[in-house]
Amino acid sequence: MMRYLAVLFVVFLPLRVFAATAEDIVKKSQAVFLYQGKDFKARILMKLVNKNGQERIRELTMIRKNYGESGGDQKYFIYFFQPSDVRDMTFMVYKYPSKDDDRWLFVPAINMVRRIAARDKRSSFAGSDFTYEDVSGRDTEDDVHTLVKEDRLGGKDVYVVKSEPKAKDSEFGKKLSWIDKASFLPLKEEYYDRKDELVKIFTADEIKDVKGFPTVTRRTMKNLKTQHSSEAIFNKTDYNMGIEDSLFSERFLKNPPKKSIE
Amino acid sequence: MRAVKRFLSRAAAITCLAALLSQSEMSFAFDLPLHGFAQGNYSAGTKESNPDGKNFKWAEERVQLKLDLSPENYELFIKQDFSRDGVDTTFRGETREAFAGYSGTGFDLRAGRQIFTWGTGDLVFINDVFPKDYEAFFSGRPLEYMKKGVDSLKAGLYAEKISLEAIAIPFFEPNTYPSEKRFHVFDPMSSVTNRHTSEPSSTFENTEIALRVYGNLFDYDSSLYFYKGFYRTPSFLPDSMPAPTELEIFYPRMNSYGASVQGRALDGVLSVEAGYYDSRDDKDGSNSIIPNSEARFLLGYQRQMWEDFTASFQYYAEYMSDYSEYKNALPTGFPKRDRVHTLVTMRLTQFLKYQTVRLSLFSFYSPSDEDYFVTPEIKYNLSDTVWLAAGYNIFGGKKETTQFGQFDRDDNLYSQMRYEF
Repeated sequence: MMRYLAVLFVVFLPLRVFAATAEDIVKKSQAVFLYQGKDFKARILMKLVNKNGQERIRELTMIRKNYGESGGDQKYFIYFFQPSDVRDMTFMVYKYPSKDDDRWLFVPAINMVRRIAARDKRSSFAGSDFTYEDVSGRDTEDDVHTLVKEDRLGGKDVYVVKSEPKAKDSEFGKKLSWIDKASFLPLKEEYYDRKDELVKIFTADEIKDVKGFPTVTRRTMKNLKTQHSSEAIFNKTDYNMGIEDSLFSERFLKNPPKKSIE
Repeated sequence: MRAVKRFLSRAAAITCLAALLSQSEMSFAFDLPLHGFAQGNYSAGTKESNPDGKNFKWAEERVQLKLDLSPENYELFIKQDFSRDGVDTTFRGETREAFAGYSGTGFDLRAGRQIFTWGTGDLVFINDVFPKDYEAFFSGRPLEYMKKGVDSLKAGLYAEKISLEAIAIPFFEPNTYPSEKRFHVFDPMSSVTNRHTSEPSSTFENTEIALRVYGNLFDYDSSLYFYKGFYRTPSFLPDSMPAPTELEIFYPRMNSYGASVQGRALDGVLSVEAGYYDSRDDKDGSNSIIPNSEARFLLGYQRQMWEDFTASFQYYAEYMSDYSEYKNALPTGFPKRDRVHTLVTMRLTQFLKYQTVRLSLFSFYSPSDEDYFVTPEIKYNLSDTVWLAAGYNIFGGKKETTQFGQFDRDDNLYSQMRYEF
């Protein structure tokens, strides 16, 4: 019995050491990518392009505020400028990493606030190739992370981390992330399905320093299977504006303060 | 057949126009706070002609202009429609909303024509006591036309834990029901054609008051409601019984008290809503022409089953007070309703092709009335500015006297095409 345990210990020892390191890298990356500052705001222009080259536009202001530690709860307030059929719609998310989000949608045509059922954080965000997880993050505890190698990408030293979902029913098989050793921002991500086929590629196309925070201001998600891609350009990015808690309320969902959303 | 051809040619013309418009650049729209749409909306009966012999339940071209100005804390909002009705060939202007407002720290005010939507129901209403247009709903118009604006004053008070909305409506606005020209409406006194309507006059004491206090209770959106006003469904007062020659259409007084909670539960969103309608002009339930007081209850659940697919279900019940008084007072020949009226609804929604295609199915079924109303619909966003929708309103039931059963012959196929700018 002891012999078996010893064998097991030896077999799993190096793996566990690696896993801990990879976990730290992923946590640090998430803190930089999705949790920087106390609050954050950007006016986002998304260009969705289908395989025929037809382009659709989504323009929105996204305001995010952190509650608690990095990796913890967050609130999101989203106001749509374009396209016309969703103009003046607002969308609010209370994000909890370990349980389902609370989501509310305001439909201006009938002045109605509606709760939205949200289980699948891997659903498309506003019809784009980005999922809710891509916008607001995925619980790092949901995956097993392994450091595959250390490499160079675009002249930068990177960690290449593999993340595999613990849940067996997940439709995605694994994700490979190229994480900048200096800034800890993800420079590239590859999403594989359960058959180990590459499905989607994320690239951070432009990184700017905003109030001392390295920020991905242009990013693309390309779906190789559907040949559909989405590019998101972050304009008017800002941090630590002192966003008030009261913004994330039914009152402002129905009547968003113009100063906040512009 | 001619109607179908006309329907198709009109639909084709609008689609071409919409496609053309969608290609053109209308950049000015983004510099002015002026937006709106141009829309074609047609609905044709598939079973029988309308009672007046025509085939279209709805045939209309409509333009909406929306002006939204908001200097500092003030706002001015106007939503004006212009339409041409193809069924009775009239041009109309309709102010959907027009209000001015001010937003301060912890409070806001709005005065003018406004649309309000309260409660947790999906096309089932308890504490949403504001006027609705059921003709629009049954004849395949875009859903927003089911709600009617009211000329009113709204005040909001907002604190960290609790908020209040108070609405005063000095001008009464009834619900709109399907017209007898376009729908086979059940009318137990159809032989009496001499009718006149008396709506509540705009006096201080007739001013309707609606209050909603709300906040978050254990992660649930919770609201309490109060309303003092009138039923928006008409009552009919005959000049004499059993051989009336004249009917007075009027709206009895009503108070309602209610509550709702909505939040995350069972991997979805759960809602519970209840209300009590106090029939103030028929306290003991013995007046047959005025509705009895009743309790209303709604249980709703929605859940995302997989990516871009959501299912929702509702159970709704009305429980009539003083049922034996109602039975005793009911004139002979009038259909008797059950003490408990129940309704179940189901909504299924699937988005496809990066959410540019939406397939949906909404169905009502009443176990007590044994009638139904089902609407499958497909909506396609051709581009960012043009969308098309087509659907089928299907009614039926065991009896011709019930809410949906009366429209058994009024099934209609509808299309909506809209260019937005």
